[in-house]
Amino acid sequence: MVRCFLVHTVCPVSALSAAESRVLYSRVFGPDETVQHEDLDPEERRLQQRERVAVVARQVRSAVTLSREASGRQLVEMVPGEEALALQEADSGVVRLRAGDPFSGEMSALWVAVQSLGFTMVCEPHENLLLAEGTLKNLTRHCLEHLHMLGPGSEVLLKGDRIDVLLSRLLPHGQLLFLNHRFAQSLEKEVSAYMTK
Amino acid sequence: MYSHGSESLIKQAREIQESELQKFYGRLVRLLQAKEVGHETIDSLQRLHLILSATKFTRIKIVPLHKRILLLISSPLEQLQVLSSAVLRETLPLSGQEVNYSHLNSHAASLLVSQVCFNTYIVLLCLLLFRTLESRQSEGPAHSITHTLPILNTVITHSPECLTEEHVTLLSKKLVDWLRYASITQGGGTSSGGFFSGPRSRQPGPIAELDGTVSGDFFTVLCVGQGFTEDQWMNVYSFSMLRNWLLTYHSVSNCNTTADSDDRSEVDGSVISMVSATSSSSRLLPPKERLREKAFQYCQRLIEQSDRKAHKRTDTELQKACLVEAVCILDCVCLEDTSLVYRVFPCIKALYGRLCSDLSFARVLVPIAQFYLNHGEMAAVDCEPVWQLVFGRFPAELFNDPFLAHELLRFLRLNIENLQLRVPQYTLSFPNLLKFLAWDSSAMVDDFVDLLPSLVTAGTAVELLHTLLDLPCLSATLVLQLRSACLPITEPSGRILQALDAFRNPSVRGLFLFLLRGEAGDTIERLSTLHELLTESADWPRVIQCAQTVPVLLHIFFNTVIKVADEKLLAHLILVQLERSSLLLKIPKYIKEVHRVFSCHLLKLCKLHPSLVVDQSHELLEFAGTTANVYSKEEPLLLCIRKMVWVLGEYLSVSCDARCSVRLITSCFEALEAVLFEITSSAPPAGAVCPNPRVITTLMSALAKLASRSHDLIPRISLFFSKLRTVTRGGSAAWCSDEEDLVAIVTRGEELWSLLKAPGVAQSVLTPPPHVNTAQWHRDTNVAMPLQLRTITSLTHSQ
Repeated sequence: MVRCFLVHTVCPVSALSAAESRVLYSRVFGPDETVQHEDLDPEERRLQQRERVAVVARQVRSAVTLSREASGRQLVEMVPGEEALALQEADSGVVRLRAGDPFSGEMSALWVAVQSLGFTMVCEPHENLLLAEGTLKNLTRHCLEHLHMLGPGSEVLLKGDRIDVLLSRLLPHGQLLFLNHRFAQSLEKEVSAYMTK
Repeated sequence: MYSHGSESLIKQAREIQESELQKFYGRLVRLLQAKEVGHETIDSLQRLHLILSATKFTRIKIVPLHKRILLLISSPLEQLQVLSSAVLRETLPLSGQEVNYSHLNSHAASLLVSQVCFNTYIVLLCLLLFRTLESRQSEGPAHSITHTLPILNTVITHSPECLTEEHVTLLSKKLVDWLRYASITQGGGTSSGGFFSGPRSRQPGPIAELDGTVSGDFFTVLCVGQGFTEDQWMNVYSFSMLRNWLLTYHSVSNCNTTADSDDRSEVDGSVISMVSATSSSSRLLPPKERLREKAFQYCQRLIEQSDRKAHKRTDTELQKACLVEAVCILDCVCLEDTSLVYRVFPCIKALYGRLCSDLSFARVLVPIAQFYLNHGEMAAVDCEPVWQLVFGRFPAELFNDPFLAHELLRFLRLNIENLQLRVPQYTLSFPNLLKFLAWDSSAMVDDFVDLLPSLVTAGTAVELLHTLLDLPCLSATLVLQLRSACLPITEPSGRILQALDAFRNPSVRGLFLFLLRGEAGDTIERLSTLHELLTESADWPRVIQCAQTVPVLLHIFFNTVIKVADEKLLAHLILVQLERSSLLLKIPKYIKEVHRVFSCHLLKLCKLHPSLVVDQSHELLEFAGTTANVYSKEEPLLLCIRKMVWVLGEYLSVSCDARCSVRLITSCFEALEAVLFEITSSAPPAGAVCPNPRVITTLMSALAKLASRSHDLIPRISLFFSKLRTVTRGGSAAWCSDEEDLVAIVTRGEELWSLLKAPGVAQSVLTPPPHVNTAQWHRDTNVAMPLQLRTITSLTHSQ
């Protein structure tokens, strides 16, 4: 199953140091890792989870920067309406997260970087990464469209519930789904109905 | 995209004052008390969520709101369900009793799973889920039971022991029903109607395949229709979690739990294998085995269906993903019941035949390779062509696919022992495998840190070392290869004009083709020519990133090779290091780092096998004696030289190797003496800096050590020291600009000179026998007593 999905910056942010990434949305699936092992109070547990997500964001940010540097491609500004093109031009890759850094087991963090934002999905490495990649790209396209991310707005921060609903249909409880275009259409119709409310 | 506006919004959310916050709560409570849910309520809930999630510290407790928001989780309006669970996720956790289990929607369930103390309440959750599944009628829309499978998937991923034997059996039966016996007619939407439509045309049509033809077999994820029935949805959800289910409850280790079932399954096992070989009466099988059988049939059907040409691109991608999943499930099933291999292998073999020539299916061929590795021997199938693909074509042609690289390298890492055993060409394929690293160094270095030790063998060590040192060249060549394929031959290539021309030039093309070779076993002569042709690549980002990863791999290489190499090979490796230290691609930082690695490992090798020094004394002298090197400004190169000089001084003695003759000591002495004389007799040549003082002192010490072993040489070195004193009495020398350094050099000279006046003592002082340097406190009577006393004191005086 997918362990977490996050949307974060991959560009320099003035308030942060060069290597850090601002996490704009994160959703962790499944029970908290530390519950069984330690006797932490809930505040500390929440803090640890947030730090774990931040570690993933940092590592992906660094991978994106190096990948873009190596390919030498120029970033082209896109405007709202060009979501499909933005996704086509996006860089993508996968980072191996070793056991303990930050999850207790080894994980694979798949990422798609659209201009200044990164969309990352952390899965167990034995998952069907081909399906995960397809799901991630689909989720990215929907996020870009429904939250108007190619524009200057801040809807991703205030309308995070839209991503929650998107995930509840396309990635319920972290479960990757084998959806052909008909099933996907049916779920996407439900999502669109929610968005227009 | 990410704007200043977003940053300030986050800042506002973090810095909100307590008083303002309380006012906000008050307003929100009033809004929630109202009967109508308006735009303002939703907006306020969204703002509340932002305030809570903007900081990683749970600084806000929302006690007055807590109860109200809790009620919202069971609201009929989905937006309220979503927002309330999002808010509650960010606050302190619920206790399990607060949740209304009877109306558990998907969002509430996810909140429960993520927050509540998992083990205590998860049993309750399981009971609820199974009650939902067992009931024939589902209340509400079709998705009310579809979310049960993903939740169960979460449960079995994290606490598989929460499901009882009964639950497992029940779900196995349900999965069989949904996977194999889902409706084969379209569900949901009725036909478009119209004037002439009557009840007959309202009959639901059959499901179709992805290429439009009518489906002739049972329903799978690759079937389409206008709408779907509930059990068709469950078919999708069931297949999505099938592999995880099989891995959790069907793995070989947890097949047998008690001794009883052990005996039973042995008897049953023989009956079952007969049955599965004929697959006729699967209805007689127990639920677990039946599920296994149906999983096999489902996967077989998916493999067939994937051969059809889908109309939509997303469906083509789905077909590939289904192939991967099907092969993995079949592998899982065969590992559990090896008798199935005979039925499954023909299917996999046919699939391999279909896909092996199409590189766009490379990612599907990786799980197929895993299947061949696991079961190929048992089925006595020739796996050669598969390995040729995996170690040959894939790295050579698909090195720039990050996902394939990740999956292929993971496959290697997981099966390393098996591969070393069964695939002899594995250790010869490093020129190909390293292409992944040369292309995307930052992403792949982690995997290669794990894989490199397995590629180091006595037979290929030297070639591997050369390949590692030329990795930046390989990186540049791969860039050129891709660029050359993209650009037409007549068009100017802009920035990389020269290098690309060289790449296409037939007279030097062989050099590039050598780097691009697929297998070990070749050598190259004109390496310096290659480096010259690639000079302009020294500032290409990809090449620089590659160069940064080489030193760490060299360390791993050397640390591994000393375990497998004999002295002959180690001698050869020393030679390679000495030769290559001046034969590297001209990236200054890279050259420095490689020298640093060399200086470390040359020393290590010599310390481990001091007799190597006698063997390679000629080459070491050549390296250390090149005055041009001594005048270098590069720190790591000077470090190398100093260490080699030290090594010569230290280990060129009879006690280290009986072959060390007086003649050898003398010739070494003379060579080093010549260097020392040259650099201390005059000012440095034009453009060079003064020689490094530590190099001078190291040379002096080495010469003194050699002289202490062959006393005839003492007068010569003493003469030098006396000359040194006289020349520098004036306070300065042309070859040493710093006064303090000069004093240090002269002082050292004086010390060595006085030592050499007592030749018998000199040898043991300058080259003490090994036992003096190793601590043996417990045996040394001088030291042991205080140690004993101290120990007893600390034991008896409790703090």
